[in-house]
Amino acid sequence: MSAATQQGHRNQTQIVADPAMPTITITREFDAPVAKVFRAFAEPHLLAQWLGPRGTTMQIDHYDFRTGGAWSYRAQDGDADVSFYGSFHEVRPEERIVQTFTFSGYPDGVSLEMMTFEDLGDGRTRLTGLSVVESLESRDMIIASGMEGGVVEGYERLDEVLERIS
Amino acid sequence: MAADPLSRVFAALADPTRRDLVARLAVRDATVNELAAPYDVSVQAVSKHLKVLEDAGLVSRSRDAQRRPCHLEAEVFDLMTRWIERYRREAEERFQRLDAVLVRMTDEEPEATGPQDETGAAAS
Repeated sequence: MSAATQQGHRNQTQIVADPAMPTITITREFDAPVAKVFRAFAEPHLLAQWLGPRGTTMQIDHYDFRTGGAWSYRAQDGDADVSFYGSFHEVRPEERIVQTFTFSGYPDGVSLEMMTFEDLGDGRTRLTGLSVVESLESRDMIIASGMEGGVVEGYERLDEVLERIS
Repeated sequence: MAADPLSRVFAALADPTRRDLVARLAVRDATVNELAAPYDVSVQAVSKHLKVLEDAGLVSRSRDAQRRPCHLEAEVFDLMTRWIERYRREAEERFQRLDAVLVRMTDEEPEATGPQDETGAAAS
């Protein structure tokens, strides 16, 4: 457990939100060989242990991890149930996963996610995730959705602040 | 440029010159001429950058004063950096859980690429 904490400090997550394109790039390095990091994405019982938000239980309903396959899972937080689904466009072992991602509460929205696994040698791996959505507005909402109280309150707060200063 | 306020702030902060202007205004208010001085660009170009920051609500200019110094609206700036940082932190927490899963995988299945190496890596 302490090893994981130390790794977390050394391998900080980097985020880039491109100003001109509706993308988010997340980069993170891991103190594990690429085969192992890939397995943590490939096997649903492993995926369920880390993917969901803190305090939720991940229920993976469908996980056909192969090119042309599909997936769906739910994050359960008490009575609340938030579900997501998508397709695997390409699964290239230990190199690349390309998938779509949709929040079932907003079926018109879809992001294309490209995850690249890079062998850094010495049993280390760099994971780069590029997400592409349909508009800059959607991208910014995704980033703002991390805000406590959700995106609507986030927007309201920004509106309030902008009103106060104008 | 996108029309909604959130996108305007993101786009405004995406430019390196504008980020630099924000950093300098965080120290103290300054006029356009003062802000333009260190750059190899015209006052007009800096004015354009300031206009973008102003439209995004990040910078305000006093209307009455002769010098019309620019003022950083730190509250808006903080809000944006908090949003991005919060998003980043959630990703980081997720990856720290993945770190822990990777360590557990090592313990469970040490045969993957050589037991000594992997056990050593997990213990370090």
